[in-house]
Amino acid sequence: MCGIVGLFLKDRALESRLGSMLGGMLEVMTDRGPDSTGFAIYGPGTESGFKITVRGKNLGGLADALSKALGVAVGSVTRDTHLVLSLPRHAADKARDWLAAERPDVAVTGGGRRIELYKEVGLPKQVVSRFGLEQMAGTHGIGHTRMATESAVTTAGAHPFSAGADQCLVHNGSLSNHRTVRRNLEREGLSFTTDNDSEVAAGYLTWRMQEGDSLSKALESSLETLDGFYTFVVGTETGFAVLRDPIACKPAVMAETDRYVAFGTEYRALVGLPGIENARLFEPEPARVYAWERH
Amino acid sequence: MPVVDLATVSIRDLNRALHNLPENTNETGWTICNPGGRHSIAAGVDAPIDIEIDGHVGYYCAGMNKHAEITINGNAGVGLAENMMSGIVRVKGDASQAAGATGQGGLLVIEGNASARCGISMKGIEIVVKGSIGPMSAFMAQAGSLVVLGDAGEALGDSIYEARLFVRGEVKSLGSDCEEKVIGDEERTILSGLLGRAGIDVSVDGFRLYGSARRLYHFHIDNAY
Repeated sequence: MCGIVGLFLKDRALESRLGSMLGGMLEVMTDRGPDSTGFAIYGPGTESGFKITVRGKNLGGLADALSKALGVAVGSVTRDTHLVLSLPRHAADKARDWLAAERPDVAVTGGGRRIELYKEVGLPKQVVSRFGLEQMAGTHGIGHTRMATESAVTTAGAHPFSAGADQCLVHNGSLSNHRTVRRNLEREGLSFTTDNDSEVAAGYLTWRMQEGDSLSKALESSLETLDGFYTFVVGTETGFAVLRDPIACKPAVMAETDRYVAFGTEYRALVGLPGIENARLFEPEPARVYAWERH
Repeated sequence: MPVVDLATVSIRDLNRALHNLPENTNETGWTICNPGGRHSIAAGVDAPIDIEIDGHVGYYCAGMNKHAEITINGNAGVGLAENMMSGIVRVKGDASQAAGATGQGGLLVIEGNASARCGISMKGIEIVVKGSIGPMSAFMAQAGSLVVLGDAGEALGDSIYEARLFVRGEVKSLGSDCEEKVIGDEERTILSGLLGRAGIDVSVDGFRLYGSARRLYHFHIDNAY
């Protein structure tokens, strides 16, 4: 099961409404995934800045401790169980190392120039409201409501998964060769934090892009490598892409207007979007990469 | 004539009202508005009534339909008219996967395109698609006719038992045990009748017919892995 939604804005006038539009879409997908909910928002960012979203307990004082340890200014915004740390880009790797060493109790959900990534166990409506998604602005975002199949119902097992800066993936389906792919990626130096099959897919795409592939190219090569059934929606700093497995096992519908591109596991999720009645509605074809890039 | 607004009435209440109609009901013209992509709209109707749905519908719309004539002024989600027994279901837009799946009778007209697995395991339903159909359509089809004015995707009629597949456009590939057949007078008459019932005015010339090669009817050691 699981529900996926994605929204990629073309019209800047809609950016302040990204969170409320995405939140509405997620709520409709409650029936498909009542276990947990997560979303990534590509909000404002600066050229020299870097944001790290962390999740855990006792997050008060974390930004100060990090700032002291690295000798750089660290800003922070708390949203329920998550904290978004803002720091200079050059200190990003050191910050991750420090977090791993000094605060192993804290999980990093994602990091990048613009991405903020939130996930929690619970019904979409509750999770959306706890994080205040409705007030968030940005250019694009993806979200997921989870009905767990391959690993436990935990916050760590909730989507989206992020394996590289400003990259994230949501997945509806189930991969059958994820353990093999995981072992191969571990040999390439990637590490994983959960047993989840979708985290492997995120890792695979990140690895391909590290090797120089574009987002589209990375998805095309995943058709060769990943076995199982899947619909992926992927975000990068400036891009948004969709891929379904070669037999289109999992449902998907898309809407495109002059103002946005929207993805929903079911059309119901798109009903509340502005101008949906005149949107071009289509089902993504199997094994075909659909990608949009913001310039 | 009843008008049901799904913005205020639940699917359960709508379907219960439709299921409770006696065969000789006088409420023969129903309009359903604000479907909003909801699932199971007008599923399980068993009365000779007309139902018009203004907007897009979700999964399993008009499923198991018997006797009713259901028109959707929009697109339909997965499993449109699945297991239909009789009557007519017409969608003015596109239909998602598995339209007409396992249908045993009646006529399904899709004025737009149908996506993957259209007519999967069809058992006597007649399906007419004005546009194109997706991959793996008529998979394990057992009886009935599928008429496609546009193109067919990969693996048309895979593991087909029996059923007539008329395609006017290009067929990307045929599935296992599906082959092209010669169109005889009997098939022309059937095709012409279906096009007429669907309200489509095109010549029967230009269609090609596909059906079962009947090589999978019995176990054959060369087909085993």
